[in-house]
Amino acid sequence: MSNSNYPNLSIIGLLVNDSPGVMMKITGMFARRGFNIASITVGHSERPGLSRITIGAEGDLDTIEQITKQLNKLVDVIKVQHLGLQNTTIRECALIKVIIKGHEQRQEVVSIVDLYRAKAIDVSQKYITIEVVGGPRKVDSFIDVISDIVPIREIVRSGLMAISRGKSAITLN
Amino acid sequence: MPFFDEIYEDKDIRVVLMRHEQMAGHAAEGYARVKGDLGLCVTTSGPGATNTVTALANAYYDSSPIMVFSGQVPTKLIGNDAFQEADVVGATMAITKQNYQVKDVNNLGKIFKEAIHIANSGRPGPVFIDLPKDVQVADCSLAEPIPENIHITGYNPKEWSSAVPRQINRALDYMMNAQYPVILAGGGVAHANAHKELEELVSILNIPVVYTMMGKGVISDDHPYVLGMLGMHGRKRANFAMCEADVILALGTRFSDRITGDLNRFPGQSDAKIIHIDIDTAEIGKNVQVDVPIVSDLKPALEELLNQLKDRMKNGGIIKSWWYKWIKDLKDSDGIPNVTNTGPHGLVIPEKVMYELNDILEPDDIVVTEVGQNQMYAAHYLNIRKPRTWISSGGLGTMGFGFHAAIGASVAVSETNPEAEVWLVAGDGSFQMNLHELSTVKSADIKVNIIIMNNEYLGMVRQWQELFFDKRYAGTDLACVGPECERNYWPDFIKLADAYGLEGIRVSKPSQVKAALERAKKSKETVVIEVLIEPESNVLPMLRPGGALDSFLSRTREEKSIYDWYGRLPRTDMECKNYCCEIAEEDDVDYLFQWGKKKEDK
Ligand SMILES: Cc1ncc(C[n+]2csc(CCOP(=O)(O)OP(=O)(O)O)c2C)c(N)n1
Ligand SMILES: [Mg+2]
Repeated sequence: MSNSNYPNLSIIGLLVNDSPGVMMKITGMFARRGFNIASITVGHSERPGLSRITIGAEGDLDTIEQITKQLNKLVDVIKVQHLGLQNTTIRECALIKVIIKGHEQRQEVVSIVDLYRAKAIDVSQKYITIEVVGGPRKVDSFIDVISDIVPIREIVRSGLMAISRGKSAITLN
Repeated sequence: MPFFDEIYEDKDIRVVLMRHEQMAGHAAEGYARVKGDLGLCVTTSGPGATNTVTALANAYYDSSPIMVFSGQVPTKLIGNDAFQEADVVGATMAITKQNYQVKDVNNLGKIFKEAIHIANSGRPGPVFIDLPKDVQVADCSLAEPIPENIHITGYNPKEWSSAVPRQINRALDYMMNAQYPVILAGGGVAHANAHKELEELVSILNIPVVYTMMGKGVISDDHPYVLGMLGMHGRKRANFAMCEADVILALGTRFSDRITGDLNRFPGQSDAKIIHIDIDTAEIGKNVQVDVPIVSDLKPALEELLNQLKDRMKNGGIIKSWWYKWIKDLKDSDGIPNVTNTGPHGLVIPEKVMYELNDILEPDDIVVTEVGQNQMYAAHYLNIRKPRTWISSGGLGTMGFGFHAAIGASVAVSETNPEAEVWLVAGDGSFQMNLHELSTVKSADIKVNIIIMNNEYLGMVRQWQELFFDKRYAGTDLACVGPECERNYWPDFIKLADAYGLEGIRVSKPSQVKAALERAKKSKETVVIEVLIEPESNVLPMLRPGGALDSFLSRTREEKSIYDWYGRLPRTDMECKNYCCEIAEEDDVDYLFQWGKKKEDK
């Protein structure tokens, strides 16, 4: 995936202990060794006590290999996997607040929202907040298109979440 | 306090009351390195704990198993900036292998076990445990005993894998067929206790060993195939062997910039094959491209290597190395000169101290160094003959480490081998970072033979200023007093020793060195020897900064290639015939002997 916001991107999935300071250990490792995090998301996993993290990291393959090795060394990191882009589903959610002037502009925004199968989740007289979910390219492209029509007031992106296709999984067993 | 109160009457625990927590951490490391087992340091909360940060970092970069265990304010006050609270778990995160804050006393036992296991296993390293006051005094209500064997999900150091024998087989193909294979031994060999296997390997292959500073001692410097330390301040002969190597077997080393020189020109033979065995996957391929990567504990890996090698030899295998033809000449070259003259100020030339120390050193004696020129002289010249008898701060290069590590080392040998002496090679600058611990050695009856190489400067930095900054000695002159920079040296180390009730010996002439060392050795107590060193002595030759392993700055401060001293090794029978006397023209050693005299003539 070559993409304006994520050039040279690799996706790394991690299963980690859900204990205080673990995020700091992980991001600290990146900072200390000069690796770039393009995106990081975290949440509960299927198993209590373990969190699932998706990191979008930038760098050539040697760098990504070093990153996964260094992550593996952290005691609180249970599993690390470099997820090949071919066999992985990647999703991102973005919330975008745009400023609208008049009915016509509103109509235009709504039609684009429909086209991208996005959702308008909050509508007021001058503002619409849109939720768009998809691969990072879809989100980027939506933002491009919508910003051509109306001014954007605020963007909140979740960062990338990734899961492998088929049977393969990053789990304890 | 509750902790110390608990151990007050415990006769099995020896508490050494250090005067500063950083030093307690370094002492724990000295102990750990000699024993090959955990060293423990206990401190109070807040400033006590933050004082151990440098010690933890030092242990982290040198892979030493230590535990620092500090008090903390009660759990309910954490986060409120209570008196003597500090976020030490946060502060130590990047420099520990693992760290913990214990919130429930019922987890305490498990955490201790886990922490000790993590510190000692795989690639060893420091662990930190933060223990809040209320947890220290809480009653423990464990229903079941803590399990004997600890299993930690997510922590499985790769000590062996089924791929190893196959990779070893490939490695042997390279090594047996190479003309000039070289073994590069790192500190990992000592951690893995694989020194016997290494020695046996060398005795079969008859190929040279060069080592990193951390690898010093893993094989005896007296061994005919051991050429010495590699790298920036390495021996010429060791760097030469590395430059000529067509196969490199790297054992437990991380190819740090100090030993590779310019990475673009490493290895010297661009088609050389590199075999790298290390327990830390992340070290393989990190700095140099490797042809045969082997992730394993060194001991079983070398055992496997030996077994396969012996099998091959039984079945008519041949080792094709040509080293046996030149190794003796190479080993005889680049020796340690006995510099009996003085320098331009009439003071002792550092090589002399190393020469005499070599003479008095017993194989079981332990040598500890501070950081700077003193360390490089020691690493370069001293004959260390056993693993775990050489202790020096490598990765971090912490001035002040040495004296305390020596204290820990002395405590450790007093348990295992009371006959052995502990020698500290110190710089005057480094020693001033830690001299308050003279009080510890006096009161706890710990013996360290301290040799302060007093060159009146932060010598290693001054050396760089002399060589690369036009002799502008900014911020490195320790004998400069007042705005006019009158030359006078404070403190008087002899009076200082006296203040702590210890004997001090000042050595100002080369001829006095030996007697001083002997006197210290005989003494029952710590002795402080101050050797007045020629101030502008340099550790030369050295690699040119940024240069490759073959590009030197000689003692005469000329830019030289290693090939000005050693001819390229012959690769064909034809070349071989003509190659006899090309080895090792030691032109620049004369410089040392002439150094003082030249000035006098002027
Ligand atoms: C804690 C610490 N501070 C600063 C340095 C930078 N440094 C490296 S060597 C050196 C000089 C050491 O002087 P001294 O102990 O007198 O040893 P010498 O080189 O003179 O033998 C300095 C300042 C360091 N390594 N560690
Ligand atoms: Mg000095």
